[in-house]
Amino acid sequence: MSGIPGSLDSIPILGILFQFIGYALANLEFISNTTVAVAVPITLAALCGVLCERSGVVNIGIEGIMLTAAFVGWFIAALAANALGTGTPTPYFGLTLPLVIGLAAAIAAGMLVALLHAWLAVTLRIDQIISGTIINIGAAGFTGYMYSLIASQSLVGAGSFSKLVVPPEVEGVPIVGWLLNAVVGQGPIGITTLVIVVMLQIMLFRSRWGLRTRASGEHPRAAETVGIDVVWLRYRNVVASGALAALGGAWLSMEQTGGFNAGMTQGRGFIGLAAMIVGRWTPVGAFGAALLFASVTGLSQSITISRPTGDLGNLMNPVPGEFWEALPYIITIVVLAGLIGRSIAPAADGVPYERESAT
Amino acid sequence: MPGEAAATSVPALEMRGITKRYPGVVANDHINLDVRRGEIHALLGENGAGKTTLMNVLYGLARPNEGQILLDGKPVTIAGPSDAIDRGISMVHQHFMLVPVLSVAENVVLGSETMANRLFLDRGEANKRIAALAKRFGFALDPEMKVGSLSVGQQQRVEILKALYRDAQILVLDEPTAVLTPQETDEIFALLRKLAADGRSIVFISHKLYEVLAVADRITVIRRGRVIGERKPSETTEAELAELMVGREVELTVDRGVSHAGAPMLQVEGLHVADDRRQEVVPGATLQIRAGEILGIAGVAGNGQDELVEALIGLRRPSAGKVTLDGREVTGFSPRAMNEAGVGYVPGDRQRFGLILAFPLYDNLVLTSYYRPPFAHGFLREDAAVLESADEQVERFDIRVPSSTVATATLSGGNQQKVVVAREFDRPLKLLVLDQPTRGLDVGSIEFIHRQIIAKRDAGTAVLLVSAELDEVMEISDRIAVMFRGRIVAELDGRTADKSQVGLLMATGGDKATAEEATA
Repeated sequence: MSGIPGSLDSIPILGILFQFIGYALANLEFISNTTVAVAVPITLAALCGVLCERSGVVNIGIEGIMLTAAFVGWFIAALAANALGTGTPTPYFGLTLPLVIGLAAAIAAGMLVALLHAWLAVTLRIDQIISGTIINIGAAGFTGYMYSLIASQSLVGAGSFSKLVVPPEVEGVPIVGWLLNAVVGQGPIGITTLVIVVMLQIMLFRSRWGLRTRASGEHPRAAETVGIDVVWLRYRNVVASGALAALGGAWLSMEQTGGFNAGMTQGRGFIGLAAMIVGRWTPVGAFGAALLFASVTGLSQSITISRPTGDLGNLMNPVPGEFWEALPYIITIVVLAGLIGRSIAPAADGVPYERESAT
Repeated sequence: MPGEAAATSVPALEMRGITKRYPGVVANDHINLDVRRGEIHALLGENGAGKTTLMNVLYGLARPNEGQILLDGKPVTIAGPSDAIDRGISMVHQHFMLVPVLSVAENVVLGSETMANRLFLDRGEANKRIAALAKRFGFALDPEMKVGSLSVGQQQRVEILKALYRDAQILVLDEPTAVLTPQETDEIFALLRKLAADGRSIVFISHKLYEVLAVADRITVIRRGRVIGERKPSETTEAELAELMVGREVELTVDRGVSHAGAPMLQVEGLHVADDRRQEVVPGATLQIRAGEILGIAGVAGNGQDELVEALIGLRRPSAGKVTLDGREVTGFSPRAMNEAGVGYVPGDRQRFGLILAFPLYDNLVLTSYYRPPFAHGFLREDAAVLESADEQVERFDIRVPSSTVATATLSGGNQQKVVVAREFDRPLKLLVLDQPTRGLDVGSIEFIHRQIIAKRDAGTAVLLVSAELDEVMEISDRIAVMFRGRIVAELDGRTADKSQVGLLMATGGDKATAEEATA
């Protein structure tokens, strides 16, 4: 072990590794629950990306769509709650009328912003990166400004959806209970996300819509010559993808918390794009990548909440908390850099499609 | 002949008085065309004569300003490709309309999917139908194969399968033989005859005279958007068709004259080159060109020609091997160093690699020399010298433009290529590398460029000509090298080489040829 500096010689690497595994197992429940929950908005952002890019439209405005939807959902729900009262929440998921109205408004807002992107990118054929940037900057400015206006009004929020609680008898069963708790112990948006992942995967590779979407993203002219309306198809996909990103935004302001903060998406739209690339533009792959990124967050949060002890603690505790907060982003960069050139985007991704002289 | 059997009935397709105007040009000027059931009807014309526009009108990709389309005697409007497909018209485009990452079956069904229910595809049924169609017309294709892994000839069959799957009664093929070997061309002709015998009507677009004579029942010649004449193959000759097509008597081939080859100018020894995916696509190429000699490289596209050319002009670093130019080693030189060593280069895609289309003509003429006197003084440009030299070259290379200050994008293909040729040819050269120098040009421009190449050769330049168009290689090369999977597998004399023999070498790399020779 001559290559390792002397100060590290005293640390038994293997021991540390076992201690780490022991720590992870002891906190498994916390880590896995956090991971699946944190993965929800990243997955939704990634699915939004898959839907757009498979049809040939690059969308880096996912962050902006999420932020807009997070704000609109929370704000409309709060308005509705003040006007109609909250009523009694349903026993499962804690649904109330204002929350459902808010969620619908969030989805509508997301689709509207996506429609703007489709118009800029597909109809006007402006650079899609610019279009996405416009959306991100516009959304940050709009929601930040509106929020600061509302903050002085001391508006009371409509609360949040609640998580599905696994019955204690089931939760006690070893492994099964833990797994159910992690996977099903979600709010309505979280559960829906899991269903959407599976559905989209099947649709993309088995349905007519999926085949046409993939063809449009690879070779739009070929699609057009067999009678497919590429422009219409891209519009539909981009607008539908807006609903997915909007769900991600609504999850932040209506399921994870019951409030809105300026810039609360914290780059999840971009991490979603990274998950899409790592997952090779497939829904299930993107979900897997989102879980990977989220597991780093889960671990970081666990470390800040229940500090490890022993040698592992001596090694990790001196590391400043900011490092653990930054770790998910660092891992995202590292994983993406490792994949450069190996994950191949649809061939016509980001290329505006111009119809043959159809005049 | 199937054409004569159906001669009395109403034409399956009739186009009447089709006129299509684009700003500044009339692409189709009152064109009449009729195609009978079971007939192969050739549409002959130069590039830019209006053949493709006419077919785009038929396929709904362009809307005519005037005229009528009748199918089985009934007038129809075709607003888009889906209208055309619904009415039994299918088109095999010159550049294949296939998605490489999708399977054969996915490509075939795309747009006319066989469904198991409202949402999902019925892959089993689709595969069965595709296999049955392929069998009926005598070719084998695995429906599950990715199209990107098929050969060009097989990809074309996928295109034809697409048409058959939609039960097309009228099949338009736009320059279908441009990228095929002579053997593949014969196979496609046999298939077309089978389809015609099956009662389908075929429109065959081409500018190759001998092909049209070989396969068509009737030939319509168009020039500058107008129908010039209609002939039967039995009643016409190549010379007459050429004159109809071009509008004047033409020399079909430029006389290449006699090569007075001198000392070896370019020597390539065991050159290894990898492509962008780090696959070694040129695994040790060896060739030699002497001063005053044209070496043509024949090969099916994608056999390492692009990478070889890029290595020779300095765009791609060879991983091993040696390149010597006039006795001096130039392996791994940068493009500018190669240029200064006396290498001229005409790239295969003039619009992407040969010219900066948005720049004015005079800038494009100094792209390789702008930085040195007389065009630059220190780091300042000498605009007067650039303009003066440009005007002089426009004159000498017969580039037809109002002035050298117009944007290069506004020029016709022939004139654009003349700009590239003027830039690369107009200085003493040791080596001239030409990648498909006449692709997509009219006969007049081809003639001009071929003459320039031969003049350059006679001035003692070594010329390397790479082309996927075997005809061009056969026409002007003094020697022909056949490239197969990155290797030079055979060298032949340009004057005596036999086209079908070269074609066979291109397709097989010579394994079969040597085997036959051994048994003979």
